[in-house]
Amino acid sequence: MRAYDLAVIGGGVHGASAALFAARAGLKVVLIERGALCREASGVNAGTLTIQVTRLALLPHAIGGHQMWATARDWLGHDVGVVVTDGLQLAFSKAEAALLEERTARRREAGAPLRLVTAKEARAIEPGLSESVLLASHSATDGFAAPYLAGRAFRRALIETGVAVFEGVYAEGIDRQGAAYAIRLSELSGERVIAATRLVLAGGAWIEEMLGWLGLAVPIAVKINQVAVTERLRPVMRSQIGIASGLLSLRQYPNGTVVIGGGWQGRGDRQKGAHEIEPANLIGNVRLACHAIPALRSGRIVRSWAGIEGKTADELPIIGRLPGHENAWAVGGLHSGFTCGPYVGRELARLITGAESNMPLFPPDRLVARAVR
Amino acid sequence: MTEGYDLIVAGAGPAGANAAIAAVEQGLSVALIDEADAAGGQVYRRPRVAREARGAGAEAGWRGHDGAAGEELRLRLARSGVVFHASRRIASVSGRFRVDVVGPRGHDALEAPYLIAATGAYERVIPFPGWTTPGVTGLAAATILIESEGMLPGRRVAVVGLGPLLAAVAARIVESGGEVAVVADLASRSDWVKAAWRLTAERPMLIDGWAWLKVIRRARIPVLHRTGVRRVEGERSVRRLVVGPVGADGAPVPGPHAAFDVDAVVVGHGLVPSGDIPRLLGADLRHDPAGGGWCTLVDGEGRTTLRGLYAVGDGARIAGARLAPLTGRLAGLAVAREIGMISAERFATLAGDTQAEIARLRPVAAAMARLMILKPGLVDGITGGTIVCRCEDIPRSEIDKAIDEGALSLNALKHFTRCGMGPCQGRMCGESVAELLARRSGRSRESLGIWTPRPPLRPIAIDELIGTFSYADIPIPPPSAL
Repeated sequence: MRAYDLAVIGGGVHGASAALFAARAGLKVVLIERGALCREASGVNAGTLTIQVTRLALLPHAIGGHQMWATARDWLGHDVGVVVTDGLQLAFSKAEAALLEERTARRREAGAPLRLVTAKEARAIEPGLSESVLLASHSATDGFAAPYLAGRAFRRALIETGVAVFEGVYAEGIDRQGAAYAIRLSELSGERVIAATRLVLAGGAWIEEMLGWLGLAVPIAVKINQVAVTERLRPVMRSQIGIASGLLSLRQYPNGTVVIGGGWQGRGDRQKGAHEIEPANLIGNVRLACHAIPALRSGRIVRSWAGIEGKTADELPIIGRLPGHENAWAVGGLHSGFTCGPYVGRELARLITGAESNMPLFPPDRLVARAVR
Repeated sequence: MTEGYDLIVAGAGPAGANAAIAAVEQGLSVALIDEADAAGGQVYRRPRVAREARGAGAEAGWRGHDGAAGEELRLRLARSGVVFHASRRIASVSGRFRVDVVGPRGHDALEAPYLIAATGAYERVIPFPGWTTPGVTGLAAATILIESEGMLPGRRVAVVGLGPLLAAVAARIVESGGEVAVVADLASRSDWVKAAWRLTAERPMLIDGWAWLKVIRRARIPVLHRTGVRRVEGERSVRRLVVGPVGADGAPVPGPHAAFDVDAVVVGHGLVPSGDIPRLLGADLRHDPAGGGWCTLVDGEGRTTLRGLYAVGDGARIAGARLAPLTGRLAGLAVAREIGMISAERFATLAGDTQAEIARLRPVAAAMARLMILKPGLVDGITGGTIVCRCEDIPRSEIDKAIDEGALSLNALKHFTRCGMGPCQGRMCGESVAELLARRSGRSRESLGIWTPRPPLRPIAIDELIGTFSYADIPIPPPSAL
């Protein structure tokens, strides 16, 4: 049986970052991913890097994650298309303006470097904005990445660091063996079981199934977030755009394509995946985008898709040690998980290797409905 | 606006139009969708330039009966009671079934319990050095240029590739007053003899074929067999074509090259089923080179493995324009029976002749399709610097590098390189990329899968999709917790 110091199950941005930093700290690490690295939410999200839409409790994670994405070339070593630029959250109605004022004030209190700007200031920052903006909040250091590049970048970095990367391999279950864990795998040349003394379950929306392997029942709901992309357009905008209610995220990439997201819902589930676009919601999302940046109207939509995001009962994530396990950790169910991911993964690796970390934790204990066995 | 029907037919070529007419004749309410402004598909496309406006001989020759068939089809459709949504693109297909269509008249949602996909084929072109030079055109595209626009692809044209369209297009260029410098055919003479023997079962096809060859011979056009393109030269437009010998699988083999000074190259390497709708909805597919590649699995009446969804014509598998109206009509009648509009006995009466004719033509269609099977060695002629994905400017060397790095599925290759992410949605490079991956990784095309299908089926104009609206009417969900 092959033995490792750490087994990470789930190869999204969280799992891949945890594996990478743990290996750099000297652990012998295996990463198990049933599909390809960063091809679920980590690879199909809209690429937003912002500190303006997370839950307040996740602000430190978003700020930390944003800083890491901005310096990805240094610690990851490979391109993920990160552009750091101004970010604006817009208000088009009086109700949205009131919401924006309240939320920006509370985010500022929590340490977010934001300020409210007038419509005129907002248009100076983003000349592509429509006339109907009433108020905006501004971050000078928002931005965006190209999530589809994350898989190739992490794959290179992990292999260079000596992590054993198993793609297309399902974990089927975990058995405790004294202080260690035996992980049963769907297919692997030679052995079907590997052993690890430490465990990270980085399941994203699928964390419910993973926790079930260890007898913990934590119900996770899913959101099916739609995204659409235009063909290459002349420059129509230069910033990262959202709206006060949080249901829009919009940016133009250096190649001219504009990605339109924000969390409008499609259809799907954890078994079948995010398999269908809800046409009415695609139209709503694109209307909202054109209301913010009118020049988008002259473009064409080339493709739309959706990804799965997990949601816990209290809409706060799972980041922490499993109850009753000294050396098993879980992460999943994050909103704005792409922004936070590298930071959460790095800090988890620190905790696992006994180093100090300031990251606020969200242990899963509070969510355990009952023990399965 | 949402409109309800018994049946929606996507694609108004010979298969789709006949499916719609057959169903409406049995009392079904039927919507028919096409992105063109008139029915006919590619083969019966309505000319945009009036025939009188063209030179003498435009009405004569081998296309005469196709033109008449197109007019007859459009007339039957106009009188049938089918609701024809012309000039509309399909933005999405969802549920069982909602089809969102978009066009200059805006957006509408059509709903029906039955859907027939009759979306035809698109052309396969395997790249070669210089293939993106202005003046290089697809064989099928050249047909449209000549038939619909009354325009020649160039003054002195080379016609290269494989399949029956080679001779057809060369003859048409000559008949329309153009010059053909050379016909370079990947197939050998004996490949054609074998096919011709099969075609004796269908005299009109054989007659067409003889007529084309007669034109080519009379014009003294050199016809080179087992010959493929080595490169196209020319900076801003085509100046010269260099050809050389190929093996049975289309791969270049050593031997003397020949050069031709031309200002246009017309090239095609067969047809690929455009199975977007069954793929999007998740119907079962099968990779069958003899059917053009990924074919939709259907029963004898066109039913896919998804309840209510049918696929007919070249969109299901490449079988040609003779079979398309028949498989279309049969599916239209099958839906009428399934919906309870006609009895099994009535269906047997109505469909009997069609089924017999389909059975008679199957071997002929198969022989034609065999002439257009992808020659897998063709991709060997793609040099490292040659662009494969022209939407995203991805050369072969980048694709090879990604494969060597571990991109072992088509989807992984897409994310590693961006190939297939552009406006053509992978139609142009998909076959080449898949074949390059299969050959380099030693894996089968089946095991590599397909690019995950995503709506819209074709790029759609945002302006047409969203129409006019007021901000207050956008159903923005409530904000999530802070």
